[in-house]
Parts: sequence; C-alpha cells; structure tokens
Amino acid sequence: MSFVSEALWVLLLGSLLGLELIGKVPPTLHTPLMSGANAISGVTMLAALTLIIKAGGNVPLLFMGSVALAFALFNVIGGFLVTDRMLAMFSRKTTRRKDDY
Amino acid sequence: MTFTALIKYSIDLIAVLLLALGIKGLSKVRSAREANRLAAIAIGLAAIGVIINSLGSDGVSIDALIWILLGTILGGSLGMITAKKVPMTAMPETVALFNGCGGMSSLLVAIAVALFPVKTGSEEIVSGLVEDISIAISVFVGGITFSGSIIAMAKLQGWLSTPKWMQSKLRHAINSAFALLALIAVIELLKGGINGLWLLLIGSILLGIGVTLPIGGADMPVVISLLNSYSGVAASAAGFVVGSQLLIVAGAMVGAAGLILTQVMCDGMNRSLVSVLFGGALGAGAVGVGGDKGGEYINITSCTAEECALTLEAAERVVIVPGYGLAVAQAQHTLREVTRALEAGGIEVNYAIHPVAGRMPGHMNVLLAEADVPYEQLKEMDVINPEFPATDVVLVLGANDVVNPQAKSNQNSPLYGMPVLDVQEARTVFVVKRGMSAGYSGIKNDLFELDNTSMVFGDAKKVLGDLLVELKELGVGRKG
Repeated sequence: MSFVSEALWVLLLGSLLGLELIGKVPPTLHTPLMSGANAISGVTMLAALTLIIKAGGNVPLLFMGSVALAFALFNVIGGFLVTDRMLAMFSRKTTRRKDDY
Repeated sequence: MTFTALIKYSIDLIAVLLLALGIKGLSKVRSAREANRLAAIAIGLAAIGVIINSLGSDGVSIDALIWILLGTILGGSLGMITAKKVPMTAMPETVALFNGCGGMSSLLVAIAVALFPVKTGSEEIVSGLVEDISIAISVFVGGITFSGSIIAMAKLQGWLSTPKWMQSKLRHAINSAFALLALIAVIELLKGGINGLWLLLIGSILLGIGVTLPIGGADMPVVISLLNSYSGVAASAAGFVVGSQLLIVAGAMVGAAGLILTQVMCDGMNRSLVSVLFGGALGAGAVGVGGDKGGEYINITSCTAEECALTLEAAERVVIVPGYGLAVAQAQHTLREVTRALEAGGIEVNYAIHPVAGRMPGHMNVLLAEADVPYEQLKEMDVINPEFPATDVVLVLGANDVVNPQAKSNQNSPLYGMPVLDVQEARTVFVVKRGMSAGYSGIKNDLFELDNTSMVFGDAKKVLGDLLVELKELGVGRKG
C-alpha cells in the first residue's frame, strides 16, 4: 500500500498548494487565468502516454491511448497558445504606451 | 533506484515547481505571459520525463512510438489551428471546448485501463479496489466535464437554448435520477461488473448535460470555471489509475486553484456557488416568479445615430458600457475609432466593465485590449458606479442584464441581488441594440423604458460606423 499512502499525501499537499497559489486576481486576468489553468489540466496527456507505452502491442489499447493523447494535446497546445494570444494583447499595449510618452 | 528513474524524479520535481510558479504568475498582470510559458515548458518536461523513465525500464516499442506520434500530430495540429483561427470574441466557447477534451482524455484512459488490464507500473502496489475507485472517479468526473463543457460551448455559441421543461423544478428530479444511476453504476463497477462502467459513462454524461443545460446568463462563466476545476480532478484521478504522482499533484493543484478562481468569480457577482449550481440560472430558474419576465415594452424612445452623435458632441464625460453584443458584432475596433474621435474633441471617455459582461469574466478587457484601448480607461464596477451621476452620456453597447435596474429595485426579479452598473443615474443613456429581444437571461430590462434612455436600433458595428461618420461631419475631433 505504500504507493497509495504516498499518493494520498501527494494529493493532499498538491490540493493545499493549489488553494494557496491564487489569492486576489484582477478581473482582467480572469479569462487568461482560466484558460491557462485549463491548458495545465491537459497534463492528463501523461496518463495517455503511459498507457500507450505500457500497452505492449494490444492494438485496441494503443488506439484508445492515442485518441486520449490527441484529446489531451488538443487541450494543452490549443490552451497555451490561446492564452498566450490573449496575454500578448496586454503586453503589446504596455510597450506602445511606453513609446507614447 | 535506477539512473533513469532518478532523472525522471528530478524532471518531475522541476515540472511541479514550474507548474506552481506558472499558476501563481498567471494571477498577476506583469508576469502572466512568462508564467504561461513556464507552465507550457513544465508540461513538456513532464512528457519527456515519462518517456525517459520508460526507456530505462521496459523500453518504448516502435508500435508505441508510432501511436504516440499519431496522437501528437492529430491533437497538436488541431490545437494549433484552433488557437490561431478562433476569433477573440469566441474565447469563452474555446476554453470550454478545450476543457471538455481534457475531461474526455481522462475518461478514455480510465475506460481503457478498465477494459484491458495493463501493467501500468502501479498495479503491483495499487490494490484492485483503489484502482477501481480511481477509474470510477476518473470516468464520472471526466464524463461530467466533457458533456458539461460541450453543452456550455453550444449554449454560448447559440446552438442550444434551454428547453422549457429544463427550467422547471422537474430538472432537480431528473438530475437526481442521473446521479442515482451513476451511484448504482459505481457500486456495480466496484463489485467487478464491467456493465457498471458503461452505466457510469452514460450516467455521468447525462448528469453533465442535465446540470449545465438550465444554466444561463451571467452564470455560465462560473460553470466553465468549475468544469475547469473538475478536469483537474479527473486528471488527478487518472494519475491514480496509471500510477503517476506527477499527474496526481498537477491535477490536484489545477483542481484546487480552479475552485478558488470559481469562488473569486462568484464573489464578483455576489452569488454563491450553491445558488449557481442548484438555484438554477438567473431568470431560467425563477420562471413564473418574476412578474416582469417577458413583459411588453410600452414606453420606448428610439433615435438615430445622428441624434446620438449630436448629444455626444455636447457631452463632457462619456462612459461606454460594452457587452456581449459588441463582441458578437466584432465592433471593438470601430468603437475605438469613435472614442478616439471623442477624445480628440476633448471629451473624457471611460469604459465601465461589469465583472461578468460578455460571456466570461475579463472578456471585455481582452476584447478592448485587442482594440488598443488604454488599460487605465477600463473602470471596474465599484469604481465607476459613483461616477454615473456626473456623467453626461452613457453608451450601452450590446449589454443588457448587467445594466438592468430591476436587480436593485424589484425584489421579485430573478436578477435581484446581482450587482449592476447604475447607468440610469447618468443624464442621457443610449442603448445600442439589434432589436427589442430580451437579454441572455430572458428578463425585461426596465432601463429601456426610462425617460433618459433612447434606443439606437441596429448592429453595434453598423451603428458605431454611422456614429463615426456623423461625428466627423459635426467636426468632432478635427484638429484646429
């Protein structure tokens, strides 16, 4: 049971860390933060990767793993890029303001 | 511990650290962009860690590599195309879509492991019961996340509206039945029945639909944020299924952080999470309670862009209230041209940003930033509300529920208690709107009947274009 008890500790500490990470968020960042956190939740791609690697030639398993990987990567890559697109608009504006003055 | 395992653990630790820094940095304007990159690097590192570890133990077969490549190319390229092509106005829907796919992935992994028992590395140590529980949680939460997110996306896109029967109290009974179905399925699954798996899949997907479908109006962003938190939980459960501590901790972090973000959003709207989820939608849940719902408008004054321009020309302080209609019409750039002209004419222009204007908190900030509106002109509700009595003209662009005075005056209104922008305090209010249809919540807006309100009918982009022409003819903003 050592993996389970360790894993439960990891779960507990990870949750506590998550609760502490964000405090006050300016409304401007609500959408980008949600989008960024959403991209991170695509880490489930690690599970899909593990599944494919451990499938051992079982084709249905390889196929399901691959589909799961595609879904997760769609989430991860799309999520990070779209967040970056949103945030880029904020930074572009600040540099322009610097030029104005 | 083998050498490769040691490398993997180091990579995992770095990845967790970067993820934590990433989430933290994303909540501050200055560091947000870097933080987003850090988080992306962290995920990439974690993936490399998984592959390195496997190379050290059993090795990675060519078959596996091909399937990994297939999934990566398919998901990655679709993600890239979507992220590049999607217009800024459709951001909320896009986040919902991405989120649903993340939930789907966790669900698929759990189902695959349940159908074909594999040596995932944890198997020797994880007892069958723990694995079954993890699979059940992963399927249940993943299913709700997937179907809920897709429904949220469809509703935001306007592909779906809430069916009448879903607005009645009946939906609580229906959803309870779905939940019960899922519970029975879990028990069946834990007893070893594979049919329980399919039952659980159906139950959780139906529950996701049933819970999300009646939610509308300003509550939708909260639901997307909550579903976002769920997908973290699903990922964490998938971590138990495949025995990955990194996945467990990352999923837990995102799940918890998502919950806090959801709470922050609820606070911004003065709503409790429970009332969002079980109290039903603003409006939708209170059918037959608010007497004004769907009421006829009697006393409406409408005017043309020309009259509006004349009033604007004479104003000293103008406040713009953007809403979803502005986003739909893609009118942010035209709006910026109008406000540039006004500013050049010596008129003070500010933007009143309601916390949930649009379909997502911060939606308007993103939209206006795209049109180069200076950050300091965007005023939050608490800041701008006391300034309305000293404002000459308010221009409401495609916003409706967030400027409905009913929320303060009518205790029977479903909107009652929601903080709104007090635009009616200004001297003159112009509401640019396509027609007299109700807002997203379906509630009549008392503002439109007030004496100091005039309606300018038309698509926001077209009206603003006309307004720009009229202002130019009046010579507003012309230098010298």
